[in-house]
Amino acid sequence: MLVILVLFVVIAFGLTVIRGRISIYKVFLPVILQLSAFVYFFIKIKHIGKYDKINEIYRWIPQLGLNLEFTLDGLSLVFALLVTGIGVLVFIYAHSYMRHYGRSGYFYFYLTIFSAAMLGLVLSANMIQLFIFWELTSLLSFLLISFFHEKEEARKAALQSLYITGFGGLCLLAGFLIIGGITGSYSLENWLLHADAVKSDKLYLPALLLILVGAFTKSAQFPFHFWLPGAMQAPTPVSSYLHSATMVKAGIFLLARLTPVLGDTPEWTFIIPLIGVLTMLTGSYFAITQTDLKAILAYTTISALGILVLMLGIGTTLAVKAAMVFLFVHAFYKASLFMLAGFIDKKTGTRDISKLGGLIHHMPFTFVFALLALFSMAGLPPMLGFLSKELIYEAKVHSPGIASMVLILGISTNVLLVATSLFFISKVFLGKKSNYPKHPDEKGLLWLAGPALLTLLSLFLGIWPEALGELLQPALNSVGFGAEMVKLKLWHGFNRVFFLSAFTVSLGVFLWWLTAFRAGFIIKWRQLNKKIFTWNFSDAFAGGIASLVKFSKISTSRIQHGYHRFYLLSTILFVSLLLWFQIYITRGVETDISFSARPFYILGLCVVVFLSALFATLTNSRIVAIIAMGVVGYGISLIYMYYSAIDLAITQILVETFTIVMFVIILQRLPNFARLSSKHAKIRDMLIALLFGGGMMMLAIKSISVDFRQPVSGFFTENSYIKAHGENVVNVILVDFRALDTLGEVTVLAIAALGVYALIHKKSKKE
Amino acid sequence: MNSIILQLAEKYIRWIFLIFSVIVLIRGHNQPGGGFIAGLLAGLAIIFKGFAFTPGHVNPKLENRSQILIGAGILAIALSFIPSVLFGQPFMQGSWFIFSLPAIGSVKAGTPFLFDIGVFLAITGVVFMFFFSLTTPK
Repeated sequence: MLVILVLFVVIAFGLTVIRGRISIYKVFLPVILQLSAFVYFFIKIKHIGKYDKINEIYRWIPQLGLNLEFTLDGLSLVFALLVTGIGVLVFIYAHSYMRHYGRSGYFYFYLTIFSAAMLGLVLSANMIQLFIFWELTSLLSFLLISFFHEKEEARKAALQSLYITGFGGLCLLAGFLIIGGITGSYSLENWLLHADAVKSDKLYLPALLLILVGAFTKSAQFPFHFWLPGAMQAPTPVSSYLHSATMVKAGIFLLARLTPVLGDTPEWTFIIPLIGVLTMLTGSYFAITQTDLKAILAYTTISALGILVLMLGIGTTLAVKAAMVFLFVHAFYKASLFMLAGFIDKKTGTRDISKLGGLIHHMPFTFVFALLALFSMAGLPPMLGFLSKELIYEAKVHSPGIASMVLILGISTNVLLVATSLFFISKVFLGKKSNYPKHPDEKGLLWLAGPALLTLLSLFLGIWPEALGELLQPALNSVGFGAEMVKLKLWHGFNRVFFLSAFTVSLGVFLWWLTAFRAGFIIKWRQLNKKIFTWNFSDAFAGGIASLVKFSKISTSRIQHGYHRFYLLSTILFVSLLLWFQIYITRGVETDISFSARPFYILGLCVVVFLSALFATLTNSRIVAIIAMGVVGYGISLIYMYYSAIDLAITQILVETFTIVMFVIILQRLPNFARLSSKHAKIRDMLIALLFGGGMMMLAIKSISVDFRQPVSGFFTENSYIKAHGENVVNVILVDFRALDTLGEVTVLAIAALGVYALIHKKSKKE
Repeated sequence: MNSIILQLAEKYIRWIFLIFSVIVLIRGHNQPGGGFIAGLLAGLAIIFKGFAFTPGHVNPKLENRSQILIGAGILAIALSFIPSVLFGQPFMQGSWFIFSLPAIGSVKAGTPFLFDIGVFLAITGVVFMFFFSLTTPK
C-alpha cells in the first residue's frame, strides 16, 4: 500500500515537469494510476471478505512509538474504492473541463496528491500518521479551492475552509494525544484493544469532544457547515471529488473508524445524532432556495453528511448499515450531479437556475443522467437511493430513545430533498427554452462518461443490490457490527417504512408544485429567509477573523511600541521580578558573610568600587561616568586576581579596556549631555535598577550557599590534565568540558556584532 | 588623541600585541590565556591605531574582513567537532594526536586547540565589527 502512495507522489511530481503539447499525458498518467489502484483494491474485495484485513508496518521513528502502519480492512476498502474509482472519473472529466485553463499541470499535481492524501488517510492504522494525512487533505483542498486565485471569492472561500478545517485538525490532534496517553500508543490496533479503558477514563469526554470537533469541521457539520458552500469556488471537477468521495467524507470515515473505540456510550449517542439532525435539516432547508446550481448541490451535500453522521451516531447495526449504503448512494449521485452541473455551466455559460430552462431539447443525454441521479437523491425507486432511504427510515424507526423526534425531522429533510430534486429537473430541463449566454450543445463524449457510469451503476445496484452486500459485510465487520449478515433488497413489501416513503414523496411533490407553479412562492420564501436569517455563519466568521486581526494589530502596537528604552525596562523588570519570586519561594538566602576574615585592602577595594559605581550614576559628565565605570571594572578584576582567578582577571581587564576605548571613540559623536527625564521617570528607573541589581546580588550570595552535594569543580581539576591534556583548568573547561557553552557564547557574540552592524548601516542608509 | 609618542610607538606596540596574542593563544591550554583573551588582544592591537590617530586611520579593508573572521572562527569550531563524529565518540569529545618532533620534543595537538583558534578568530572579528560599525564616518 505504501508503494501505491509513493507511486502517486512520484507521478504527481512528474506531472509538473511535463509541459507543452503532450498535455494529454497529464491526464492519461493519473487516470491509469487511479485505475490500477482501483483494480488493485477491487481484486482485494474477495481476500478481505475471507481474511478480514491486511496489515503493513514500516518502522519510522520507533523511539517515539511512531510507525508507518497501513491497514486494509473492510472500511478502508470501501473508502479506497470510492477514492480511486471516482478519482478515475474525475480525472477524465477534468480533462474536458480544464482544457481551456492555464496551469493545468499544477491542477493535476494538486489533485493527484490530494487523492493520495485521502487514500493514505483511509489506509492509516496509526493515528498520528492519520492526522498527517488529514492535515494534508486540508492543505490541498485549500490549494484546490483557491485554484482560480485571481477571483477574490475563491481566495476568501479557500482561506475560510483552511481556517475551519485547520482548527478542527488541531482539536483532532489534541484528542488523539489524550487517547494516546490513555492507551500508551497511537496504533489503531492498540486502541481497539483498550476500548473499554478509554471509555471509562475520566478524560473520555474531552477527548471525544475534541475528536468530534475535528470530524465535524471536516465533514461540514453544523455549526461549521458554512465553508462547504463557499468551497464551490473550486473548479467543478474538484467540487465533484470533494463532495462525493474525499475531504468531507474523511470526517465520516473517522467516525466510523473510531466507533469501536469511542462509540456506544451515552455521550456518543447523544451529541452525534443531535449535530447530525441539525445539519441535515439546515442543509436541506437552504438547498431549495439557492439560485446557483452548485450551491444547491453543496447544501444537499451538507444535508447528506448530516444524515451520515446521524446514522453513525445512532450506532445500531441497522443504522451503520444504512450509513454504509448511503455513503455509496451519495457518492454516486453527488459526483454525477456536480459533473453535470459543470457541463451545463460550460455549455450554456450560466449556473443561475432562474436563467436556465428547457435544456432537454439541447442536451437530452444530460437530462437522462441528471434525472437518474436526482431520483437517487430524492430516494425514488428503482435507484439505489430508494433502497438506502428505506434503510435509513428503518434505522430511524428502530433507533433507541429519541426515535419519533428523529423520524419527524428526518421526514422533513427528505421532503425538502424530494422537492429540491424535482425543482432542479423542472427548472433546468423542462419548461420554456430561455436565452442562454451561449448556444448549448452536447458535444464531447468524455464530459458525460463519469455521470453515465455512476448513474447506471446506481440504477444497476438498485435493482440487484446483492453485489453491494458482499462489499459491505467486511466494512461492517471493521466497524464492529459483523455479527449480522448484510442483506440488501430493493422491495421490502408494504410495511410501515414504505408508507413513510410514500408520505414523504407526496409531501415533496406538493412542495415542488408550490415552488414550481405558484409564481412568486420561491421568491417570497427567499425573502423570508433573508428576513429571518439576517446574519449568516460565513459572514459572521469573516467578521470574527477581521476583528481578530484588528485586535492583534492594536495589541501589537501596544506591546511593540518601538521605544527601545521601554523594551529594556520591561524586560529587566520582568526578569528581576522572576528572580525575586524564585528567591522568595526557595526561602531566601543565608547570609553568613564575614568581612573580618578578609584583608583590609580587599575591603578597601570593595569600597572604592562601590563609590565609583555610585559616582557614575550621579555625575553630569559622560567622560567622568565612563572613567568611573572603568574603575569599577578594573577594581573587580583586582578582586579576581586576589582569588587567583588569573584568566578571569585578564579577560575582565581586556573587556574593560575595549569598552572604554569604544566609549571614548563614540563619545565625540554623541550630542551634549542634557537632562530629558522627569523626576518621576528617574525615580521609576532607579527603583527598577535597584530591584534588578539587588536581585543579581541575592542570586550571587545564594549561589554560595546552595549545597551541591558534589561540586563539579572537583571533577574538572582532577581530569583536566589526564583526559583533556591541559593544565589550565579554566581554559580546558571552556574549550573541552563545556565546549557547547562556549560555542553558544561565541555565536551569540557574532550575532550581536552582526546586529550592531545591521542597525547602524540601516540607519545610515535611511539618512 | 594627539600624542606623537603614542603615534610613533603605535606601529611597534601593534606588532608586540599581535605576537603576544598568538603566544597567549598557544599557551592557553596549560597557562593563563586562551582564545578569548587572545582574540580581544589581537582586536585591540589593530584598533589601537584608531585610538592613537583617528578611527579613520585604521585600514578600512579590515571592515569587510571582520565578517570573514567571524565566519571562519565559527567554521573552525564546527570543524573541531568532526573528528569525534568520525571516530564514533560522543559528539564534541576532544581528540588528541600525540607525536614527537625533533628539537621540540613531544607535541600534543587536539581538536580543543582548533576550537580555541576558532574562538580567537571569531572574537577578533567581533571586535573589528563593533569598532567599524561604531566609527564608520557617515
